Amino acid sequence: MKKLKYIFLTFFLLLSTLYLFSQTQRFPKPEFESGYEQPSTITPEPRAQALEYIDVLILLLVLSLATYFALKSRSRQGILWLSVFTLIYFGFFRNGCICSIGAIQNVTLSFFDPAYSISVTALLFFMLPLLFALFFGRVFCAGACPLGAIQDLVVVKPISLPKWLNKTLGLIPYVYLALAVLFAATGTDFIICRYDPFVGIFRMDAKFHMAVLGVAFLLMGMFVSRPYCRFLCPYGVLLSWMSRFSKWHLTITPTKCIQCKLCANSCPFDAIDYPTNEKEVLKSGLGPKRFLIYALVIPIWIAVGVFVGAKSHTFLSKANADVYLAELLISQPELLEDEDNLDIQTFIASGKPMETLVEEAEIIREKFYIGSMIAGGFLGLVIGLTLLNTVIFRRRQDYEPHKGNCFSCARCIDFCPVEK
Amino acid sequence: MEKSKGQSRRKFIQGGLRASLLLSLGTVSVAALKKVTASDYVWQIDPFKCTQCGRCATDCVMAPSAVKCVHAFDLCGYCDLCGGYFKPDANKLSTAAENQLCPTAAIERKFIEEPYFEYHIDEDLCMGCGKCVAGCTSFGNGSMHLQIVHDICLDCNECSIAKVCPSDAISRVPASEAYKVKGDFSNNPEV
Repeated sequence: MKKLKYIFLTFFLLLSTLYLFSQTQRFPKPEFESGYEQPSTITPEPRAQALEYIDVLILLLVLSLATYFALKSRSRQGILWLSVFTLIYFGFFRNGCICSIGAIQNVTLSFFDPAYSISVTALLFFMLPLLFALFFGRVFCAGACPLGAIQDLVVVKPISLPKWLNKTLGLIPYVYLALAVLFAATGTDFIICRYDPFVGIFRMDAKFHMAVLGVAFLLMGMFVSRPYCRFLCPYGVLLSWMSRFSKWHLTITPTKCIQCKLCANSCPFDAIDYPTNEKEVLKSGLGPKRFLIYALVIPIWIAVGVFVGAKSHTFLSKANADVYLAELLISQPELLEDEDNLDIQTFIASGKPMETLVEEAEIIREKFYIGSMIAGGFLGLVIGLTLLNTVIFRRRQDYEPHKGNCFSCARCIDFCPVEK
Repeated sequence: MEKSKGQSRRKFIQGGLRASLLLSLGTVSVAALKKVTASDYVWQIDPFKCTQCGRCATDCVMAPSAVKCVHAFDLCGYCDLCGGYFKPDANKLSTAAENQLCPTAAIERKFIEEPYFEYHIDEDLCMGCGKCVAGCTSFGNGSMHLQIVHDICLDCNECSIAKVCPSDAISRVPASEAYKVKGDFSNNPEV
């Protein structure tokens, strides 16, 4: 019995040495006689951690300064130079990464992926602008966002869009936000970063189609000012909702509005609300009846959203590489022979059984099923509320910035003749 | 009187909503704080998963790619017939261009002593195609392998190569251990 144990032990040792040997070298390292000194493998360190914290500090500083310029000193000049700094530092120097807009996805992923931990920097970049917006309005958009800054600086001759168009296009950011969260939560992709039109410009190194998109946005931005911010930015949705209930906010006039109408056309973003025209309100036939109908329709909108979400989950889930591969192999099994298809060849070489792949894909698709229904319901609610909002009218006597849409750029301030 | 009542009501609602938004921000922060790490993450390639498909050269946001071939000298056999340096059908073991596997001639071959040669990779020329890695791994010790070099890598929020990597070899690693150089696995080279 003892002997047997020894035999086993020897056998085991032999196996393990064999295993170790196969792990190391086919050709043993030579023993040099000429006094050759082996060079070391060069591995440059990543950017120091301390510099990341400095980024957070700079963000905090820029946000504070933007708040000061927008609310206290009321200086368009100040905001302008601040956005130039932001463009240079966060844009061209830091290459557009890290940014608060993309941080939405990091926060989402940290909730849904147990293996992923979010870095303090990313969390602070997500939280600080929202916190500032809750108290001071969207000062982040005014001075601390490189994407906003680059668009703000190219505004040449802004045209005013009709209200219905502004509202309709203003729904796109909600869709973008819902999709970005859905894709991040399922671990599929970070679409905000992938389709960021300006990051390629900041890096001076864009793929052709992204460079075209970036330049197109800038050209369009000369006339339709800040198109990305108004009609795409998913972070803008969050900021807008914070800003709507902000404690303080930029005001056009320092003291009292004298109804001079000078500021009326000063806003390139159509974010100034005019005083209510009582006659027009009466004529439009707005009333409690229509309000009630629109309010009652909201559940229907949500139901439609959930339905559309449920229907589109198969399509959306194809963005996930695993789901795509599994579906491809099921629908076209002859592709297994395709020597040129890298993904399939690598999958075969990995020795992973088909069943495992399909199982994994099914789990992801299930996540998409639930996620896209939630996203659809959310979008239905947003559409319903937007419609409801069109029949609510608030009595306004003065020209006021729309707290949700105003970027606190302080252009209107220059037009107000009222002295402090 | 009527108006001021309306105004104060609106103020009250606004204040309430602001407080609830603040609360939700706080909740999100606390929930995220549970999973927060002080150390940052960077992207890196696991050389044991890498299949040298060549996408590192084409899909990085940087041009040329931030992925480079690094050489773990501890693993190198200093072979005369180097699978990473020579084409399989090379007619002569010389540094002539037609014999070299590397499309940019980024590998320098240096004679050390009979019969050993040192292979050094010129990072400025390397574009991360992994052809030499494939050669070295199949015919030699596998001392050459691809790594993301962090003074070039922009550390994108999501690595665009990771998205297309067929073997899922690219993942986030703590910035304190930013490399997965093969030599570290079998021997312990002095860092």
